[in-house]
Parts: sequence; structure tokens; C-alpha cells
Amino acid sequence: MLKPAPSMNPASLSLNRISKVFPGVRALSSVSIKLYPGQVTALVGENGAGKSTLVKVLTGIYQPDEGNIELDGVTQTFASPIDAARAGITAIHQETVLFDELSIAENIFIGHAPRNRFGLIDWRTMNRRAAELLDRIGATVNPATLLRDLGIANKHLVAIARALSVDASVVIMDEPTAALSHKEIEELYQLVEQLKVAGKAILFISHKFDEIFRIADRYSVFRDGELVGEGMIDQTSSGKLVELMVGRSVDSVFPPRTNELGEEIMRVDGFSHPTEFEDISFTLRRGEILGFYGLVGAGRSELMQALFGVTRPSAGSLQMGVEKIVIDSPADAIARGLVYVPEDRGRQGAITGLPIVDNVALPSLSQTSKNGFVRMAREFALARQYTRRLELKAAALDQNVAQLSGGNQQKVVIAKWLATRPTVIILDEPTKGIDIGSKAAVHAFMRELASQGLAVIMVSSEIPEIIGMADRVIVMREGRAVGAFERDELSPEALVVAAAGIEDERVA
Amino acid sequence: MTDVERQTELPDRLRSPLFRLMASWEFLLLIVAVLIFFLNTQASPYFLDPWNLSDATYNFTEKAIIAFAMALVIIAGEIDLSVASIIALVSTCMGYAVQLGADTVTLIAVAVVIGAACGAFNGILVAGLGLPSIVVTIGTLSLFRGIAYIVLGDQAYSGYPESFAFFGQGYVWWVITVEMVLFAVFALIFYVLLHRTSFGRSVIAIGNNPTASVFSGIRVARVKFMLFMLTGVMSAVAAICLTSRLGSTRPSIAVGWELEIVTMVVLGGVNILGGSGTIPGVVIAAIVMGMVTFGLGLLNVPGIVMSIFVGLLLIAVIALPIIIRRLRQRLSG
Repeated sequence: MLKPAPSMNPASLSLNRISKVFPGVRALSSVSIKLYPGQVTALVGENGAGKSTLVKVLTGIYQPDEGNIELDGVTQTFASPIDAARAGITAIHQETVLFDELSIAENIFIGHAPRNRFGLIDWRTMNRRAAELLDRIGATVNPATLLRDLGIANKHLVAIARALSVDASVVIMDEPTAALSHKEIEELYQLVEQLKVAGKAILFISHKFDEIFRIADRYSVFRDGELVGEGMIDQTSSGKLVELMVGRSVDSVFPPRTNELGEEIMRVDGFSHPTEFEDISFTLRRGEILGFYGLVGAGRSELMQALFGVTRPSAGSLQMGVEKIVIDSPADAIARGLVYVPEDRGRQGAITGLPIVDNVALPSLSQTSKNGFVRMAREFALARQYTRRLELKAAALDQNVAQLSGGNQQKVVIAKWLATRPTVIILDEPTKGIDIGSKAAVHAFMRELASQGLAVIMVSSEIPEIIGMADRVIVMREGRAVGAFERDELSPEALVVAAAGIEDERVA
Repeated sequence: MTDVERQTELPDRLRSPLFRLMASWEFLLLIVAVLIFFLNTQASPYFLDPWNLSDATYNFTEKAIIAFAMALVIIAGEIDLSVASIIALVSTCMGYAVQLGADTVTLIAVAVVIGAACGAFNGILVAGLGLPSIVVTIGTLSLFRGIAYIVLGDQAYSGYPESFAFFGQGYVWWVITVEMVLFAVFALIFYVLLHRTSFGRSVIAIGNNPTASVFSGIRVARVKFMLFMLTGVMSAVAAICLTSRLGSTRPSIAVGWELEIVTMVVLGGVNILGGSGTIPGVVIAAIVMGMVTFGLGLLNVPGIVMSIFVGLLLIAVIALPIIIRRLRQRLSG
């Protein structure tokens, strides 16, 4: 054993057989994790593997359905985030949860500010102690500065000072380096070292393998809400971690492609956005399913929404068929035969307070109406036709979408866009959060659409889905296209490596 | 095979139209209307006199004409509190035009143009700049009436041409007033607009979920702009009727009407948060409010009590659905 001493200590935090179920999804199933004082445990897993849910359980935002949390040998129940904070668990989130309009000192001591004998805030003591804490972590900022005047890196430092001020024994860091520059990341690593020396137990969530190997002592890998592997970091390799993350079972349930690809139907050239993505170019053929893979925040949805006319690109051109076109609004896009099925079903996809028939007819109003007057019979006919094709399970077409299950809501959303008879359909995370049965139905249907000559763009963060469905895959990272794979070049490892930006030699 | 087909073939409607009618808010409101009608006949022997009833309709026709447009605005998730001030500004402009010797046709043209301009101003701020309509229209509520006060001071315009009296004082046949006919015609127009056109469908969709509406290819900003224009124009129509009925313009004309109009719309079953509501509901609510006002008038109840009544009614109709839902949850859970 290389590091016998720390692991001899009793765990400061034990999660015992934690389960958390949301309607239709088992986010965590019987997960057990131990965190040790003075050690960094890296939590790795794909998007949707259950990492965020675990953090929310730990910080009292969610209550687990089963299992318990033990802190220094005492079983705890966190009814609220305040309970978790009092027990000594603190979290530094990707986007720091701080108050822009308050000073640094106020942010550090909010909820437990030192008081004077009149019960009012003792500003002098608070500022002095804040200065001490900031000094300890090497931050050279004035505690009286307003938080909004700080950059993201300094905000992180404030969050860390806050963690130290409550004397937390457990510190959770949820992708803390995602928004930091190279130099800032180095400083953060040093802080983590300091926290280790101070005996804190640290849970470190990251998609970046280089930093996991740099600062973590232990690892835990999540997949589909289950713990699939754990151990000491120096006894594993990034290759093994990737294998655990994606699993070997890219199942054969995906329908195979039988159709030939048709002519080119869409060409995107140099699409750019001031902040979200840059210089994206690709082509799309009839009958093709083009996959877009990447981590959350890689700019995939933003790219698709710009193509669909929700936002404006700052540069680049779009060609459909032989014609160069400019799309100013979703209405334009729909008229051109380009539709986008959004990821956020409840907010962007469906109007859940309205009946199925109204939802299906909404983007097709210009076809079903005559001189601006709606024709209900046509709307019902349209809804009947497409809900039958998608095998929608519902009581009646005038039922509100809100009453349907997630999978059936997704079918309504897809039906709604198909009813406009598009030539290109963009599906953004089409099976996110829906049950297995509906997933299979959506996959089969996608394949059927492609074989009928539709061109499909599928944005997905699920590797099995990308590999099972896509004819070609473009990988995006930080707003750029960083890889393109033909079907025969696809492997889970290659996708993860490209998406996370791992250097190749580590994996091999 | 046929079994599978039957499984996937969904019926159009779960409940018959008759059932949905009986279970609707509008039906409940209709019963209330009949009840109040009956109470009024008991309250005063003069109530059933046809000429009295005809006079009573003035209590709601002008407000209802605006309420139809307001219903669409509220269903779309916005609100327009400047309507009464638009009446004041339109009326003032008409009075000014009269001083310059305008005839009736010119007066109407002036009214419609000013009303549309006021609505367009609201519309640009809300739909163009994306400002919250409650703030914008509280601002223009003050602004439009403020202009009327500056122009008029403590003066009043009168001397409207005789033919102008037709709108607010004229009868089409026997006891049927011109305003009643306008009320009925606009009720029909707005019924068709909301319930039978793709524009109306867009309004309902926007009120339910503006983001999904954008993604569905609805030009949300354009629809909202048109709604505020429409409300401005309908306020102008109401201003023509009211000015014609009173025969003069003071800057305090129609003060506080926005509250009664919003109450009328909400009483009619329009969700104050947007997304649902019907024109028949607003029609019945207008008649109910008109009859209550008239009944209280017959009983010699002072005007300030009416104001208290309107306030309580507004709170009650907003709170009732929420209270009922809570009770249901408590009973079932």
C-alpha cells in the first residue's frame, strides 16, 4: 500500500445505501460512499449519472428516499441546506451561490455573522476575521469589496473562505475549475492541498482527468445512478476510469440503419456566437443521423438554437439544399423545413397547460387554418395521425399535456414538430429523463424518420445512444468542434477523450 | 391487429361538450347572474321596467367593450392598466378637435388614431423593449391622464356636435341602445378572434408558456404589440361612447375604470396569471357587475360602497379558485 496512513482513519462522512427516485427516473440507487479526513475523493461519471443528485442529498437540498448519512459516526438527517451547513458540510458549486450585492465579508459570514452586545452585526470583528481567512488562503482582496466587483476566480476564493469560516469538516467541490483560467486553476489546487492538510474531507467532482490524477487520493465512479467502482487513484488509470464510466454494454437494442444516405441537404459554414460557440461547420445528408456529443455546457444546444433562429449567430452561413438562407426566427426555420425539438420539454417544448391537440397543431397553425381561422377538425386529424404514429398513450386528444408521463410528453413534442413536415429535424437530448420503453420507441422512430429521407441531428450526452444511433458524430468542447467520427471510428473511449480533452497517451 | 389499432387510436374528447359546459365557470356565473336578476326584482318594483333595464346597461357596456380586449391581454400574460387614462386622453383630444370645428366623422378618426397611438406606445415598451407591462402601464396610466390635465386644467370641453350624441345616447330600436349593439357586436368579434382564429390560439399559447411559444414559431413580440394596439383602439371606442353620453370632457373622466375592467375580466374566469379564459365568461361577468351596480343603486347604496364591493369582488374571484384547490388537496390528501 502506498498510502496506508490516511485510510486507517475512520471515515468522517459515510453515505449508506442512499437511494433517490424521481418520477420515472431512479437518480440514485443504493449508493454508498465514504469520505476520509485529509483526503480528496474524486467523483466521476457521465452527465446524468447521479453526481449532482448526490451533492444535493449531501447538502440537504434533497432528502434521500432510502439510506442514511453518517457524520463522524453520528447518523444525520438534513431537512434543509441549513441543517447540512450546521453539521459542517459545505459546498462550492460550479456557479458559486453567493450574493453579488453584498461585501466579501458579508458573504463569508452570512447566517453566522459575529454579533456585538446589542445583537447587531459586529462589523469590525467580521471584517478582521474575514481578512484573516482570506489571508490564510492567499487572497489579496479587501473584505469590504462588493462581490460583484470580483472575477470568478476570486469568487471561488470567497466561497472557500466561507467554507473555512464555518469550520466545515466536509467540503464538496462541484466542478470548481470549469470556469477558471490555467493560473487560477493552479491556485485552486494549492488551496485544495491546504484544506487536506487542515484535515478536511473533500469530495471533488470533475470531468477533467488530468486534475483528478493530480489532486485526488481516491475515486468513486457513478453510472446510471449506481456506484460502479471505487478505490485509490494511484491504483487506476484514466483508461480504466473511462471504461467504468461508459460501461462495456453499448447494447444492441438500437435499431440498425438499413437505408442509404441521400443527397446533401444542409451545409453549415463557420457558425459562430460571441460567447457560446465558434467556427462550427458541418454538412448533413438526407437519411442521415448526425450526432453531437459533448459535456454539458459545450455549446451544443446553443448552436442548435442559433440554427433554429432563437438566437442570432455572429458569423457563419447556412445553406439548405442549394440555397443559402438566413433564418431570423423559429417561424422562418419552420417555414424552411428546419425544426428543433428542445431539451427542456416543460419550458421550451410543450405547453403543458394546453391539450395534446393544441400542442400538436401549434407550429402548424398556418397549415391547419384558413384565412386566419382555425379548423378544429383538421387539428384533430393532424393530432390523431401523428400521435398514432408515435403510439402515444393518453386518454383523449383534449387531455392536457401536463397529465402525461415524461415519455409521452416527449412523444407529443416530437409529434408537434413532425406535423410541420420538416426536412431537417434537430432532437436535443431526445430521451433525457424518460423511461426505457419510451426511449426505445423514440429510437425506433428516429430511425424510421431517417429511412424516410429526413435528415436528423441528435444532440445527446448519453454515449450508448450516440453510438447506437448516430451515423456520424461531431464532438464539441468549450464551444468548438474538436472531433468528427465516422460510424466505424466510434468508440466510447474516443468520444470521452475528445469531449473531456484528455491527452491520448493517458488512455492508451 | 385491430386490437392494437384500437389501443393507439385516441378519442378526440374525453368528456361531452354538454358536460364541459355544465362544469365550467361560465355556467356557474350564469346561475349567479340569474340569482342577482331575481334578487333585483325583489329589491325594487322598478327594476323590471324596460326603460330602467335599458338605462342599467350603461353601467357595463362601455367598460365591457374594453374588457374584451383586456381579456386577450391578460390571457397573453400581460396587463394594461392605462385604459382609463387612454379614455381621458382620447376624450380630451376629441374636445380639442371640437374647438377647432371638427365634425363627428373627424372626431371618430381622431379618437381611433389617438387610441391606437397610446396602445402602440405601450406595445413598443412591452413587446419591443421587453419591459414588464404592469410597470409600463402604471407609468402610462399617469402619463396619459397627466397630459389630459395639462391641456384641460380645471376646464371642460363641451359643445360636441348633435350627431355625435348618437353613440352614447341613441337608440337603435325601442329600448335597445347603440351601446348595447356595440357591446354585442364586439362580443361576437372578440369571441371569434379568441376562440376561432390562429391569432387567438397564439394568444392562449403565449399566456401559457411564452418560451415554448417562441420555439413553436409564434412571433410573440408581434402578437403582444398587436394586443396593446387593440386595447388602445377599444379604449378609444369606449371613450367615444362615454364622451358622447356625457356630452362633455373633463380630465377626471373614467377615473378608476381600469380596476373595474380588470375585475370584470377576472370575474369572467380569465386567469389573472394568463393562459386561459373565454369571451362568454367576460360577457356574463359584465352583465353581473352591471346588474349588481344597478341593484345597489335602486337600494340607494352610496357610490363609495360600490367601490368597496368592487375591491372585495376582485380579491374574492382571484382567491376563490386557489382556496378551492387547497381544500380539495386537503380533502384528498
